Amino acid sequence: MDDRVEVRKTYKLFINGVFPRSESGRTYPALDSKGKLLAHAALASRKDARDAVLAARAAQPGWAARDAYSRGQILYRIAEMLEGRRDQFETEITRCEGLSARRATGVVNATIDRWVWYAGWADKITQVLGSSNQVSGPYFNFSVPTPTGVVAAVAPARSSLLGLVSVIAPIIVTGNTVVCLAAPEKPLPAISLAEVLATSDLPAGVVNILTGQPHTVGPWLAEHADVNALDLSGVDDDSLATEMAVGAAGTIKYALPPCDSDWTLDPGLGRLSAFMNTTTVWHPQGR
Amino acid sequence: MNFDYAPAPESRDLVTIDAHYGLFIDGEFVEPTDGTSFKTINPATEEVLAEVSEAGPNDVDRAVRAAQAAYAKVWSKMPGAERAKYLYRIARLIAERSRELAVLETLDNGKPIRESRDVDMPLVSAHFFYYAGWADKLEHAGFSDAPRPYGVAAQIIPWNFPLLMLAWKIAPALATGNTVVLKPAETTSLTALAFAQICQDAELPAGVVNIVTGDGATGRALVEHPDVNKVAFTGSTEVGRQIQRAIAGTTKGLTLELGGKAANIVFDDAPLDEAIEGIVNGIYFNQGHVCCAGSRLLVQESVADDVLERLKSRLTMLRLGDPMDKNTDIGAINSPAQHARIAELIAAGDEEGAQRWTAPCVLPDKGWWIAPTVFTGVTQAHRIAREEIFGPVLSVLSFRTPEEAVIKANNTPYGLSAGIWSEKGSRTLWMAERLQAGVIWANTFNRFDPASPFGGVKESGFGREGGRQGLGAYLQREVR
Repeated sequence: MDDRVEVRKTYKLFINGVFPRSESGRTYPALDSKGKLLAHAALASRKDARDAVLAARAAQPGWAARDAYSRGQILYRIAEMLEGRRDQFETEITRCEGLSARRATGVVNATIDRWVWYAGWADKITQVLGSSNQVSGPYFNFSVPTPTGVVAAVAPARSSLLGLVSVIAPIIVTGNTVVCLAAPEKPLPAISLAEVLATSDLPAGVVNILTGQPHTVGPWLAEHADVNALDLSGVDDDSLATEMAVGAAGTIKYALPPCDSDWTLDPGLGRLSAFMNTTTVWHPQGR
Repeated sequence: MNFDYAPAPESRDLVTIDAHYGLFIDGEFVEPTDGTSFKTINPATEEVLAEVSEAGPNDVDRAVRAAQAAYAKVWSKMPGAERAKYLYRIARLIAERSRELAVLETLDNGKPIRESRDVDMPLVSAHFFYYAGWADKLEHAGFSDAPRPYGVAAQIIPWNFPLLMLAWKIAPALATGNTVVLKPAETTSLTALAFAQICQDAELPAGVVNIVTGDGATGRALVEHPDVNKVAFTGSTEVGRQIQRAIAGTTKGLTLELGGKAANIVFDDAPLDEAIEGIVNGIYFNQGHVCCAGSRLLVQESVADDVLERLKSRLTMLRLGDPMDKNTDIGAINSPAQHARIAELIAAGDEEGAQRWTAPCVLPDKGWWIAPTVFTGVTQAHRIAREEIFGPVLSVLSFRTPEEAVIKANNTPYGLSAGIWSEKGSRTLWMAERLQAGVIWANTFNRFDPASPFGGVKESGFGREGGRQGLGAYLQREVR
């Protein structure tokens, strides 16, 4: 063991492509699985959440307008970056989730593979969910899935990396942008993921990650008129889930109900389709 | 020019209306146990057509239990191919009785017989026929290898297209294997009750379809019933909010088809003759009682004067009056309450300084009527440009560039439909990609088809009705 003193990392929020501290100036201790201090994470406030929604809203039209191929390229690039930093993620989830080194390797493998899987959907989902519709009459009629817009998501509490990417990737690959609340007790892998996102050609504001307490900012995000849909996957408290679902009703947001499941399962199309609407276009046919 | 037409009334004798109707629960018409009754009125004549039962909470409970039992014992066990045959039967029975149903719809709703006969009824039958064919093909629909219905679906529908909205709700619900309790709007219950008789004639197993009539209280009891697994609602955004709040935190599935304030956008290169017809069809079809109505006309400045002149000329030729007359274009406003709402917004248009033009037509003495109305000089801040009027009132705004048209069109909390009139294909597709709306009509408007998904974005709701996509509203979402 050499006598060099380690340079420790300050964990901050990820908003609009940069890493600010919470405007509140507050932090909270992130502990490892045995209760020992790992680091202090930023405690996001409502104003941080507002800044994140602003960034997500501003980024959404450009992200959705980008060629699907290009979105797929960017997501694939994220998987490449994850692969390159896999040791860091293995160490981090070993600490915060208390996994064995072997399990941690398995989780990081699954995480990277999930990014790659979702990345490939970018330019294919429209063909699977869209349709040309055989209406009675001289019309060309087609339906395409369109992104819902800005999604506010609560990441799974237990699965701090695989669960997190399983929530974020299907939201953004189709052209949505996201404000994601990281697992409150295990926030550090989320911020390390943000460092990957920040260096992967992902436009600023497409993914915004807040650490802190879902009770503080969740209900406020649920009511925000610039948020178009909610992903309550990680909400493990019934009263908070109800409060957020009630908040969603104010501007008729779709809210995906809580579902902190086995994140190693084949995800299917459920999450991709949850945050897309169908737009149908009619056009007459004639000479 | 004189466009007087000789009266050409459809025969009322085509339909027999009972003096009193019970609730349709578990395959039978029954009297309410804790409810009352109310009168349903022909809005064109103010004549009382029948007395309809109002279901109380206990009646709603009976209906939900009947639907639950039918789901558990019969419908969930029946192969899709057999469910399909019941739906095909219903489609055929509706087609066979379509003239009678059209007359009943027009008497109870006030819409022109030409529309109930030529638009509503053919679409109703087609919708059942379309979804009948899906019942035994669900595993190929792209949702799941083993698609699962919810169980009991609570469905609440509006008064503007009573039987068509029933078809949009019931056909996909039954095809996917759910059983239903449906509440029609209180001013237009009669065709839903006629549909109950059709279910009997089709020998649909008891309890698969239950119809509980009543007002908002009945609807609330239905939505909040703990044994309901899925709620589907078409109606106002405000009631949609209340429903979403009421079931927040439950496992009930929800789809909402709510209000709209659609932009109908006319470019200077539009086929103007067709565009005029499209504007008229967009906002004056069904007295403007259409959630996807083209209530905001956005016209490019260079053709604005021409379009308005042609539009007014066309509107003077519309015939308003007896909905039973086959030549009638504009029928009655469905209820005094709706009439008051429209009148209030017309007054707001006047007060806020827009210029009102009203088509010259004589309003009948009895019933509720509003002549086709056009407001010009409307700004985006005016209430008549922001609020859903749900009546024959058009607000005209102008624009200069496609970018401005997109910004103005999207400047609303709603996002149900939009219209684009242009002969330039690249521009139409460019616009279609940018308009925030679930349905976009290019060089046409207010077209509907069972194979075409319909539904909104933003505060116009979520979920789709029609097409393969419409099955998703009644299958449990698989999320992992």
